[in-house]
Amino acid sequence: MRYAMAIDTLKCVGCNDCVVACQTENNVPIGHCRDWIVEKTTGTYPDLQLEIRSERCNHCANAPCVRTCPTEASHYAEGGIVLVEESECIGCKACITSCPYDARFIHPEGYVDKCTFCIHRVEKGQDPACVSVCPTHCMVFGDLDDPNSDISRAMATRKWKSLIPEAGTDPKVFYLI
Amino acid sequence: MIEEIITSGRMNPEIDPVLHVWGWEIPFYLFLGGISAGILIFSAYFTLRGRQDELPVAVKWMPLAVPFLIGIGLIALLLDLSHVLYFWQLFTNIRWESPMSWGAWTLGIIMPLSMVWIATWIEDIFPKWDWKFDEVKTAIDWIKDYRRYLAQILILLSIILGMYTGILLSAFNARPFWNTSILGPLFLASGLSASAALVSFFSKSEIEKRLFTRIDIILIGIELFMIVHLFMGHLAGTQVHIQAAQMFLGGAFTVPFWVFVVGLGLLLPVVLEILELKHKFIPAIVPVVLIVGGNLMLRFIVVNAGQASRWLY
Repeated sequence: MRYAMAIDTLKCVGCNDCVVACQTENNVPIGHCRDWIVEKTTGTYPDLQLEIRSERCNHCANAPCVRTCPTEASHYAEGGIVLVEESECIGCKACITSCPYDARFIHPEGYVDKCTFCIHRVEKGQDPACVSVCPTHCMVFGDLDDPNSDISRAMATRKWKSLIPEAGTDPKVFYLI
Repeated sequence: MIEEIITSGRMNPEIDPVLHVWGWEIPFYLFLGGISAGILIFSAYFTLRGRQDELPVAVKWMPLAVPFLIGIGLIALLLDLSHVLYFWQLFTNIRWESPMSWGAWTLGIIMPLSMVWIATWIEDIFPKWDWKFDEVKTAIDWIKDYRRYLAQILILLSIILGMYTGILLSAFNARPFWNTSILGPLFLASGLSASAALVSFFSKSEIEKRLFTRIDIILIGIELFMIVHLFMGHLAGTQVHIQAAQMFLGGAFTVPFWVFVVGLGLLLPVVLEILELKHKFIPAIVPVVLIVGGNLMLRFIVVNAGQASRWLY
């Protein structure tokens, strides 16, 4: 089992529904976010390209945060989901500095927090909150090891990229382009 | 020209717009850890060479400072932890892949060992020292017989302590400026250099002063070589490494680094030390303050510059 997410940059309109859904579902403290929208405009007016991405923890298969954590608080859960165990986190912030995506932050209670791929929903067979609310259905979540899953098929039939794979992280969030 | 504008809705405190999760605590600890490692290496090395009576400050006196320096460093480290009540988790795990983990263990071992090391010298320093309990005196006398082994262990652990502070940073490939293996040796050399400067400042013997001034000059030379090497490596690297180097070659860190670390912290004191060896009068306090100050500055700049450098995507 290898959980992954694919986001269709051609469908995403940057409405921030995924961000709000995540904050509500996961009780994300005010002023923080586990997922966010990036808009990248390239070119000079009037010749412009726009890419809109919903970003979050990439649940890397070779996660630098898990590697640098001194206490095993950052760990791989089932399906390769990268999680932080609050009661083992000392708040040293090594994982924050080791993440090239800056996907982690310090929860006001002191431990490090980040996207969990909504593992509590995934365990019940549901999609993560961000995926389930997306009004344009631009996000797909599923198991890469299952060739018939929505995500495997989306990636087999579309061109895709991941973010800074050259950082050696083997990210598991993909962008359909 | 193709322009690129990236707007992000993310605004997490201490992460955006520029990462700044590590404030003064970490560089201050790296500084104290480096000096402690340097002091212990010199003390243990010259004990093995049998020069303890010729070089009393380096071998017997300076280690007295180590438990205090490491203690203050540990307090700084604890102040940095945002979930500090769980700090003991460091010592219920050993994670070989995490330099912070083996650094914590090294500190945990070196702190008591440095106290034992001091205990074996304390009667030499304070002739009227009384252990009060015969059992303690017997135990310390027994350890004195094995001082050579203790010295060998201390050298090994101190080299790890001096290097790991740099390796800790270079293990983060997400921060291109830190992502160079030269940081470990550079921090070790600069820690050794600061402690050599402190020995020659505190020493009253001409032999010891001159020896440690000479050692310091060599170490500063090595540091300068490694700094050039650091930038050569970055400039020959990928785009993000080149951008990281450019922060020092025209960017925000140019003046603080080249003026304060390289100019005032390395080049000026090395000139003063060479003049000192040629029997010119140089107030002893000047080179040591410059070197120790440059040392501290180096850690602050490296920690801040690393956090300011990032991948672009």
